[in-house]
Formats: sequence, structure tokens, C-alpha cells
Amino acid sequence: MTITVAGEKKEYKDGLTLPELIELENVETPEYVTVSINDEFVLTENRDTTVLNEGDSVEFLYFMGGGC
Amino acid sequence: MKTIRMHYRIYDSIVAYAKEHLPEEACGLVAGTEIDGKIEVKKIYYLENKDHATDHFTLDPKDQMEAIKDMRKEGLKPLGNWHSHPESPSRPSVEDIKLAYDSKASYMILSLMAENPVLNSFHIEDGQYEKEDLRIFSDEYYF
Repeated sequence: MTITVAGEKKEYKDGLTLPELIELENVETPEYVTVSINDEFVLTENRDTTVLNEGDSVEFLYFMGGGC
Repeated sequence: MKTIRMHYRIYDSIVAYAKEHLPEEACGLVAGTEIDGKIEVKKIYYLENKDHATDHFTLDPKDQMEAIKDMRKEGLKPLGNWHSHPESPSRPSVEDIKLAYDSKASYMILSLMAENPVLNSFHIEDGQYEKEDLRIFSDEYYF
């Protein structure tokens, strides 16, 4: 299936789960990343069971903050 | 070392925005293009500092998502984030380093502690930081 990851079209196997995608995409510190699929945030409790579908668009949003 | 170019008008707008938001830290995202290894900042996203603090900033993921959507629509790439240091130098603080989770991002820090603002860009990874080659250019002066 074709999905868009961070703006780039990619081919992955059907039935790919979100945790698998996070691993394949080498997402750093995934615990500090909010995931959106088709502009909807994935709730933490659904993260491990979310399955991606053909045409999905996924974004990884890193926590961004700091001090001075 | 990564070289990043930014037109002076964009730089000026960051400074103006950050000054308007004093004494709070101002923040946002940086978007641009990367063509044949040449990185150029094309657009700055001015996002709310959810902390509304003089010494901290946090971006709201919802604001980040809206900005990312806009970048995709405009064919731009997320390059990193920026924030101001109202009263400290243009270098990552201990907290900035600790909270830099994306090693692919550029972290731009604008210091307003002196009369003349200073903007630098940093790569932060594994608790270490390195200054990037940020070049402010104009139509007459490009390097």
C-alpha cells in the first residue's frame, strides 16, 4: 500500500501497524512524539493497536519546548 | 556542518515578533526548502508559547500540526523551530538541550539580551550541540 509519511509517499506492506511504522521510520524518542494520521491525533491508548490504511497521511510531531 | 540561508526580511520579522512579545519567550517553527543540499528558510511560523513565560516555551501540537499542513500545501519542508531568549545568550540552555528530541531539526535561538539581537542555529544531539552555519543574506549580498 502507499502511504504518505512526513510529506513523502512510501510503499509499505498492507496491515502495517503504527508501532511498526515508527520503528521502520527510525523515529527518535517516540515517547515524545505525537502522531497524526489524516490530520487527526492518535490517542496514546490507541497507539499500539492502530493499523495504517492505503492513502493514509502520517506526521510525526516532536515535542518542542525549552528554556533560556 | 549544515549551511542555512535566510533572507534578512525574514530575520527582521522574527526580531520584530520576538520584541513585541517581550518579556515572554517567543517561539515557532521554521520551514524552507532543501535543493541539492542548499537549505533556505522560506517561512517562519509564529506560534503561541503555551507557557507564556519569560524563561520557558512550549509549542502546542495542534498549532504544530496546522503549521505542518500549511508547509505541505506550500511545498515546504519543516526545518526546525526557533525561540527567543529575552535575557540570555543565543545558545542552547540546559533545558533546550534536554528537550531537543529531534536530531534532524535545526534549533534557532534569538537572543535579545543586548541592544543588537543575535540569531544562531544549532544542531542538538545526544546532549551535545553544534552551531550551524546560518547566513543572513539580502538581494545585494548573498554568500
